[in-house]
Amino acid sequence: MKILVCISHVPDTTSKINFTDDNTQFDTNGVQFVINPNDEFGLTRAMWFKEKQNASVDVVTVGGAEVEPTLRKALAIGADQAIRVDTPAVDGYAVAKELADVVKNGGYDLVIAGRESIDYNGGMVPGMVAAMTGSSFVNTCISLEIDGDTATATREIDGGKETVKASLPLVIGGQKGLVEESDLRIPNMRGIMMARKKPLDVKASVGASTETSTVSFEKPAPKGEVTLVDADNLDKLIDLLHNEAKAI
Amino acid sequence: MSVLVYTESENGAFKKTAYEVASYAKGIADMLGTDVAAISFNATDAGELGTYGVSKLHNVKESKLDKFNAGAYADAISQAAKAEDAKVIVISSSADSKYLGSLLSVHLDAGYVSNVVALPSSADPFTVKRSVFTNKAFSNTQISTDRKLVGLSKNAYGLKENPTDCTVADFAPSLNGDDFKVEVQSVDKATDKVTIADAEIVVSAGRGMKGPENWGMIEELADVLGAATACSKPVSDMGWRPHGEHVGQTGKPVASNLYIAIGISGAIQHLAGINSSKVKVVINTDPEAPFFKAADYGVVGDAFEVVPALIEKLKAFKAANA
Ligand SMILES: Cc1cc2nc3c(=O)[nH]c(=O)nc-3n(C[C@H](O)[C@H](O)[C@H](O)COP(=O)(O)OP(=O)(O)OC[C@H]3O[C@@H](n4cnc5c(N)ncnc54)[C@H](O)[C@@H]3O)c2cc1C
Repeated sequence: MKILVCISHVPDTTSKINFTDDNTQFDTNGVQFVINPNDEFGLTRAMWFKEKQNASVDVVTVGGAEVEPTLRKALAIGADQAIRVDTPAVDGYAVAKELADVVKNGGYDLVIAGRESIDYNGGMVPGMVAAMTGSSFVNTCISLEIDGDTATATREIDGGKETVKASLPLVIGGQKGLVEESDLRIPNMRGIMMARKKPLDVKASVGASTETSTVSFEKPAPKGEVTLVDADNLDKLIDLLHNEAKAI
Repeated sequence: MSVLVYTESENGAFKKTAYEVASYAKGIADMLGTDVAAISFNATDAGELGTYGVSKLHNVKESKLDKFNAGAYADAISQAAKAEDAKVIVISSSADSKYLGSLLSVHLDAGYVSNVVALPSSADPFTVKRSVFTNKAFSNTQISTDRKLVGLSKNAYGLKENPTDCTVADFAPSLNGDDFKVEVQSVDKATDKVTIADAEIVVSAGRGMKGPENWGMIEELADVLGAATACSKPVSDMGWRPHGEHVGQTGKPVASNLYIAIGISGAIQHLAGINSSKVKVVINTDPEAPFFKAADYGVVGDAFEVVPALIEKLKAFKAANA
């Protein structure tokens, strides 16, 4: 089985978000970039398929040279080879087009992406790749088993979960639950040394057009002060919630 | 030409989000000088769609579509969009609508923007505001394709009445085997519980609760308020509560009217998931907990004393206001 894990290179979860160039560019100053958390679960699940079912695992990112440390980290965790599509990731549609081309040319049976990346949160890339490659698609996936060319997956739904069957080729949008948090892998020294020798293929963009563009960014209006209520005076809290906030 | 809105329903009845996306679609239709048509699956009647500005409902009656199926729903909605020659298609940003949104976008060659929080600031070029960086910022995004697909965030627009006569017509899309490549085997859902996605009020608790055995009072508080229960990430990591209740940047987003956080410190990753909730209440022993900076109302106190007292007071309040 050939697996492709799509890796999004995102600001780590503690990042303060700021913009430059008249609020048109994300300010990367002092920002640490990491593997998108939703993708990390998928990468670890892919490692399980590699070790238990002899799958090969490639990782791919669309982006400039600055994303390579993130790809090297994925290699250090155990992926066999990495692909970087050399074009800035500016819109979900264009990213999906580039990825779909990699999927078609690579003959992958299973594509694991994250439910969404924690920067632009569009949640559109995995489904678009599935539609563009004619693959089955399961979103918000929290467990995945493959037997021959059939997948059994569980996905999170509002208030519960749902088990589905789908044939390969399959694209999933994965998230926490796909593997246990405690099973997530951290690159060790040997992995990091080996990663240096693994292939990182830089592929030219297919020149996908975009469908959307950011005109400007804004930050939410600053919040007012909290109103503190004495623990011995909870009637006051109920009164505020009822009459002032109209929330109960 | 009209604006087409996909209105979600469950067991035949529309969800509240259906009326919200309808209200929003009407806002766009007014900007464009056109009407709103809706599509739904196995709705039993048009409900209040007319009240919120929908003039025509295309109702797909097909027992195979009783359960949500992203592939088939996306195909059917795109056929309705073509039949209506809709230039703007509006869906929700619920988990289901996001699932089908990306498929629909490819079917229709429609540029797609999810998590939208307001009416377009301009119809031409078509520009909408959406939340990004898990609610830490907004992006004003332009869609350049001829057809546009907009995913509205929950509670961002609200319900706006626009009484209109709504006619109902059956809509029979032609579906094929490819639409059913993903087959639902079983659904495991607690039907009597309010879900985090639909709840107007969410009662959430963190590591400050010390252990799973103390969740009785959290559930009781939720019960009194008709709320859903939720938790911080470490709580679900330790197995005190199910994964589906974990709220935050790597968990579920919450866009309720009221969010009550008990024994949760307010780490940046947690706050990111609840920023779009309207009113936030914090109960925490530590007056320095970062959550107090994000909250509207706060009680500095021990949850083990405050919560039981609050339950009693709320019961009395409910009885007096029944
Ligand atoms: C990559 C990454 C992603 C993450 N994503 C998320 C996410 O999506 N969601 C999330 O929640 N976290 C997330 N986190 C974790 C986050 O950083 C915090 O660790 C977490 O939110 C803390 O949970 P907590 O507030 O329940 O626990 P703690 O930080 O332990 O805080 C407990 C709070 O309870 C209070 N308390 C203690 N006893 C009482 C009492 N008797 N009465 C009242 N208050 C009391 C304390 O004063 C304290 O403020 C993420 C972390 C990382 C690294």
